[in-house]
Amino acid sequence: MAAEPLLIGRYAEVALKGGNRPDFERALLRAARRQLPAGSDVELRGSRLLARLPQGVPVAAGTAALQRCFGLVTVQAGWRLPRPADLAAIAAEAVAVARRAAADGAASFKIAAQRADKTFPLTSPALNQELGAAVAAATGLRVDVHAPDVEVGVDVRDDAVYLWGGGLPGPGGLPTGTAGRALVLLSGGIDSPVAAYLAAKRGCLLSAAYFHTFPYTGDGTRQKVLDLARVLASYTGAVRLWVGQFTGVQLAVQAAVPEPLRTLVVRRLMLRLAEAFSRRDRAGALVTGDSLGQVASQTLESLAAVGEVATLPLLRPLVGADKTEIVALARRIGTYDISIRPFDDCCTLFAPRHPRTRPTREEVRQAEAALDLDALLAAAVAGSERLLVTPEGARPDPPGRQGAGPADGTAG
Amino acid sequence: MAGSPRGRRAGACYPEPGGGPVRLLAYLDNAATTPALPEVAQAMLGVLGAEEPAPAGAFANPSAVHRWGLAAAAAVAEARRAVAAMLGAAEDELIFTSGGTEANHLALLGLCRARRRRGRHLLTTAIEHRSVLAACDALAAEGWAVTRLPVSPQGLVSPEAVAAAVRPDTVLCSLAHVNNEIGAVQPVEAIAAALRRASGGAAALHVDGVQALGKLPTPYAAWGVDLASLSAHKIGGPKGSGALYVRRGVRLAPAVAGEQEAGLRPGTENVPGLVGFGAAARAAASAPPGARLRAQKLRFGAGLRARLPGLCANGPDPEDAAPHILNLCFCAVAPGVPAEVLLHALEAEGVACSAGSACSARHHEPSHVLAALGLAPERLAGSLRFSLGPRTSDAELDLALEAIPAALRRLADAIR
Repeated sequence: MAAEPLLIGRYAEVALKGGNRPDFERALLRAARRQLPAGSDVELRGSRLLARLPQGVPVAAGTAALQRCFGLVTVQAGWRLPRPADLAAIAAEAVAVARRAAADGAASFKIAAQRADKTFPLTSPALNQELGAAVAAATGLRVDVHAPDVEVGVDVRDDAVYLWGGGLPGPGGLPTGTAGRALVLLSGGIDSPVAAYLAAKRGCLLSAAYFHTFPYTGDGTRQKVLDLARVLASYTGAVRLWVGQFTGVQLAVQAAVPEPLRTLVVRRLMLRLAEAFSRRDRAGALVTGDSLGQVASQTLESLAAVGEVATLPLLRPLVGADKTEIVALARRIGTYDISIRPFDDCCTLFAPRHPRTRPTREEVRQAEAALDLDALLAAAVAGSERLLVTPEGARPDPPGRQGAGPADGTAG
Repeated sequence: MAGSPRGRRAGACYPEPGGGPVRLLAYLDNAATTPALPEVAQAMLGVLGAEEPAPAGAFANPSAVHRWGLAAAAAVAEARRAVAAMLGAAEDELIFTSGGTEANHLALLGLCRARRRRGRHLLTTAIEHRSVLAACDALAAEGWAVTRLPVSPQGLVSPEAVAAAVRPDTVLCSLAHVNNEIGAVQPVEAIAAALRRASGGAAALHVDGVQALGKLPTPYAAWGVDLASLSAHKIGGPKGSGALYVRRGVRLAPAVAGEQEAGLRPGTENVPGLVGFGAAARAAASAPPGARLRAQKLRFGAGLRARLPGLCANGPDPEDAAPHILNLCFCAVAPGVPAEVLLHALEAEGVACSAGSACSARHHEPSHVLAALGLAPERLAGSLRFSLGPRTSDAELDLALEAIPAALRRLADAIR
């Protein structure tokens, strides 16, 4: 019988979850099914994720999909040879794998064989030798057991022999949904989408909040945020995006708060609003793109003066990252080019000329107290809309009357 | 509220974020592009071949040898005649392009590279369109010397200044007949004569006629202009269609290989686009809109200034400027408010206009055209361009005259 192509995904940390392992594995399976093209056949077997793509779908589409599936550390394009299969058939497949790697430039190889089925006549070392000889003879590749260009993996199991050569890096992390839901403050800049990615990587479903200040910023900014959410959704499944009506809030701050403290008060209000949205989405944490010291509102004193209004955990995945590191990650995950589109996140009209860099909490609280918080926040929430963003696009997703969304844990 | 673009929730400052389209009440961005004229759409449909049950043949490839191909070629030729007639040029002096930008590049790069051995100096102004500036930068990188002539506070360059800048190695002078941002109208005929005298006929003159075509008389052939760029979508024609006038005897270096358009632009012709261009040209020629546009513009400008005292025009006096362009500074009316915010505020009321030209609006730098006029910095940041077109109606302008002050009032109440 001929070998069939197979995608293999390996996970590491999930395997350490002990009694919770089945939940993690279920979440991983769900995520993989969501990422792969419709009609793919996905299962977990022997601590690996195995996927068969539907007819006609190129392998590259499958590996690309799995490279966006949190929980996987390695993604391999492999082959499954159903049993019974004699040594010659296995050798032929191993040769084919080695040939493909050679076509990509490999000059040396090693066989790494295992047999989970102990009734198989050859031991693993014997398999290594036999297959090694066959591959070397057929391809002329050099054997190198220490640092081969390609490691041809062979796994003899009860049902079939699995083979693969080389692998691509998976995104790591934990399967989407296993950590619950987090709400990220998305501004359209470079940092916040990267912060969202890092929270998602550790298993969070994502909600997001964007604060729209039309006409001080235009719909170009809003479109940028939508497109960023779509990129994030390509990793996590649907993202719930709240578009907050923030113009009134921004103008009230301009009118009532001393200039050097305006940005700090605005950020406090954003966090308060974000918490209101979080309650409706049953999110368990807030996420921001703050990196220590990058701008005036990111000194320790500023972070303290702003962050104190949050009652949910406030995650700042980028606190220790340099801008260059953030940019590198943004490019890798595909958000950089969107973030640098020339639409302002915030109108220059609102930026203080001399922002306070080491505020005391007292002065910021006092400045905020000049506002009618309840009315402002109520108006902002009333004027906001929620969208469900998928990689294909966005559609309105008004929260139910009780403010409840679908139960967390679904991968969306 | 009659004429209101969309419903408002009580208490909300502005319409809901991005939700749903805002009805366009007054389109005043015609210098960026114009809506197609009905006769243009008709003409284009006629050559697309979408008729049911069976297409009639007018959609054929103009290079095909059968009669239907010949008919398609004839339609393109008819369009070429119509456009050439607007310049007083012969058909074989017109090359169709994908638009004004391509025509500008073809003119500058094609002419300069063809005349490389005669000299390496070209003249232009400080207020040219980005496509011309980009071509100049490319030539500068190839070792060309580029002189950018300054302009007066009205945005004009004088024939004397052009003549004074001519050198023995000057090969080309390029300028726009009508400036797209402020509507300054250069004295092309006088400049052509001065250039000819000063260079002894050695320097060629390229005129960017994109904003001038169909608004002012453009007898470039008679004026001795050597090259002129034109665009269809500024006169009610389709986007993606333009032309370069090349006076007989002027040689350009081609950029690609192939046969169509005298070897300069190979590839099957954009028949629907060219036919649309021809229809737009015929419409402009049969009913020149210049006088009507000017009257509408002046009425609009006066009406707006009456409702918003302190509004002032940038560049030329509106009476002297091109009939369709009005560039106004709002810094006395809405102090400190950036142009982009003004634009969005008007947008919320259904009025479309421009902050800087459409190309530079995304670049976040102040307009190089306004900067070249020597205006004070606050005037650079708070100016909007309003531009009228062949389908602008008086009713539309009346709506704008109400909507614009309303938009500014809302903005002012909010900012204090």
